Amino acid sequence: MASVSLKNVQKNFGDTLVIKGVDIEIEHGEFVVFVGPSGCGKSTLLRMIAGLEDISAGDLSIGEKVVNALPPKERGVSMVFQSYAIFPHMTVRENVAFGLTIAKVPDAEKNAKVQNAARILQMEHLLDRRPNQLSGGQRQRVAIGRAIVREPAVFLFDEPLSNLDAALRMDMRMEIANLHKQLDATMIYVTHDQVEAMTLADKIVVLRDGEVMQAGAPMDLYLEPDNQFVAGFLGSPAMNFIQVNVSELDATHAMVIGPGLAPTRVPHRGRAHTAGQSMTFGLRPQHMWPAEDGKLAGVVGISERLGSETVVNFRLQDDSSLIASLGTDQIFTPGQTVAFDFDPETAHLFADLK
Amino acid sequence: MNSNLKNTQLAGWLFALPGTALIFLFIVLPFLFAIGLSLTNQRLISPNPTEFVGLDNYQRLLSVSIVTLSPTTDAQGQILLDDNGQPKYPRLRSITRNKATPEYKGMREWFRWHSGDQAKVVIARDVVFMKALTNTLLFVLFVAPIQAGLALGLALLVNQKLAGINVFRTIYFMPVVVSIVVVSLLWRFIYDGNNGLLNSVLSSLTWGWFTPIDWLGKSETALGSIMAMSVWQGVGFHMVIWLSGLQTISPTYYEAGDIEGASRWQAFRYITWPGLRHTAVLVLIVITMQAFALFAQIDVMTAGGPRDSTQTLVFQAVERGYGKQDISGGSTISVVLFVIVLCISILQRYLTRERT
Repeated sequence: MASVSLKNVQKNFGDTLVIKGVDIEIEHGEFVVFVGPSGCGKSTLLRMIAGLEDISAGDLSIGEKVVNALPPKERGVSMVFQSYAIFPHMTVRENVAFGLTIAKVPDAEKNAKVQNAARILQMEHLLDRRPNQLSGGQRQRVAIGRAIVREPAVFLFDEPLSNLDAALRMDMRMEIANLHKQLDATMIYVTHDQVEAMTLADKIVVLRDGEVMQAGAPMDLYLEPDNQFVAGFLGSPAMNFIQVNVSELDATHAMVIGPGLAPTRVPHRGRAHTAGQSMTFGLRPQHMWPAEDGKLAGVVGISERLGSETVVNFRLQDDSSLIASLGTDQIFTPGQTVAFDFDPETAHLFADLK
Repeated sequence: MNSNLKNTQLAGWLFALPGTALIFLFIVLPFLFAIGLSLTNQRLISPNPTEFVGLDNYQRLLSVSIVTLSPTTDAQGQILLDDNGQPKYPRLRSITRNKATPEYKGMREWFRWHSGDQAKVVIARDVVFMKALTNTLLFVLFVAPIQAGLALGLALLVNQKLAGINVFRTIYFMPVVVSIVVVSLLWRFIYDGNNGLLNSVLSSLTWGWFTPIDWLGKSETALGSIMAMSVWQGVGFHMVIWLSGLQTISPTYYEAGDIEGASRWQAFRYITWPGLRHTAVLVLIVITMQAFALFAQIDVMTAGGPRDSTQTLVFQAVERGYGKQDISGGSTISVVLFVIVLCISILQRYLTRERT
């Protein structure tokens, strides 16, 4: 059984610290997604778990055992690469069997395992083809097949879907979710796509500049983001932010006011300390609706009618731009003055982002 | 639009023209000349008119026969023995100068072997050419795999990410940059029979036990010495070709190999070697062709000797065409060489083809 634990894990390239002390606990069988913008260190972190990069400081344990110094093959992990890295000179069967061939597994056992993997991934008909005869999605399957055939304790996925088109990505996303249910293995998945993170993960780890911004269940992060970065990263369209000032506060709520925002009492979750403090006010586009006397008043810029929803971009007095996503089809004309209202309990207050 | 397209095509042809013209002038045309000349008795400078002789040149070059010599017997039918106790055989000229066997006239012994009491003698009309042919084939047979293999080994070594690795790349590549004539001269000193570098090193390594060898002066060692020196000289060039092949293999493949637990040998076998398939074809064909063209080393170091043990096809072609002014004979050798190289290249291409 393999839990994975990172304790104050660091990585530096020369003088540059790229992973700045990361602590993550991953339970056995958990599906964990590392998510963050490019350059946040998520892939580096995954490669450190795989053993492809050294760990500069801290402890990495897989299944209660510190594996910092072990080569990849002794860590019991397998990995699916962004570029698939399936060998062009081998057939699908040989590719899937690669790890078993390397380990000199007897042919009968090897064939049985390859067949089983092919069945799980529904690619039995592809086994004798070569990679150049396969589509992107099929290559992806082969790469996953090579990973599962060795029955590792931990699966690592490095942006596996980023080379696929949108429709295929959705299919593969569901397949990976199914695979996780079937295999009962620990999976660590790196992506920059918050949709993949939200849909696949038992636990999301949001990273930024080599630091964990927040880790937890997807809906916890969505509903109760710890900071402006996490709030802005999860959810689409992204959460709106405007600068506000705290005018008065009590134990749970603060009265805030800003340009274009009428005085509103919103929960501060312990993040507001003094009256007069400058803070960032966050509100999800889905939590707004048009209202005559709404607290947010502005001028419509662009509106997009998507059928099932309407996305309105409007500007407040101070020219800050907000987006409202309405669940019905509504018509707005550019230049029209509008006002939107919201439930103050759905709003967030954050310390200003550094 | 139409005229523009035509212009573009014209520009393309114009760009190709200088190169094409040079190739035509210095490669295609001389080669066609060689084929033509090989069918005549043309000499380099001669007052006599040139005559068309058909395939006579080829026949003279390639005629080989086997004759059997029975031991000389005395009146009682007893085999006569020589001083060493070996059977005595009649002289070969009893056949090659015999009016009863005019087809063997002018042929000389190439080599012989014994079967029972009989001596089988292989005679050739042009023994020097035959020696040149076998020497060249031997040279290719040894140099091609050894040079390709060593070059691959060096390429794998210098393909590592180590500090100062470029120093090693430069060192290994250096002999390629130096003119082959200069290299040959230097190696003549190294191989010198009296106090050459090689002899000195060998005898000091063995505390004087090693007796110096005149490497280039003995027919047993001359060709081998030239092979060794040629491998050394050309290995850097092929190292660079292998290196370029190695660097086209995506590092992700090796990472996948690491994850799956491949050892270094397995990584080479399953990832590196298949990835080098096209490079291997190129290296093999280039080395083979270069080896067949062996000339400068011979010309500088041994001039074909001793006792024709380092004769090669190209050296013979030049020697005959210009040394002996027998331009048609030299051309004939060139054409024969061309056919051999072409056949071998086609064969290599076929053997290393992509199997689907």
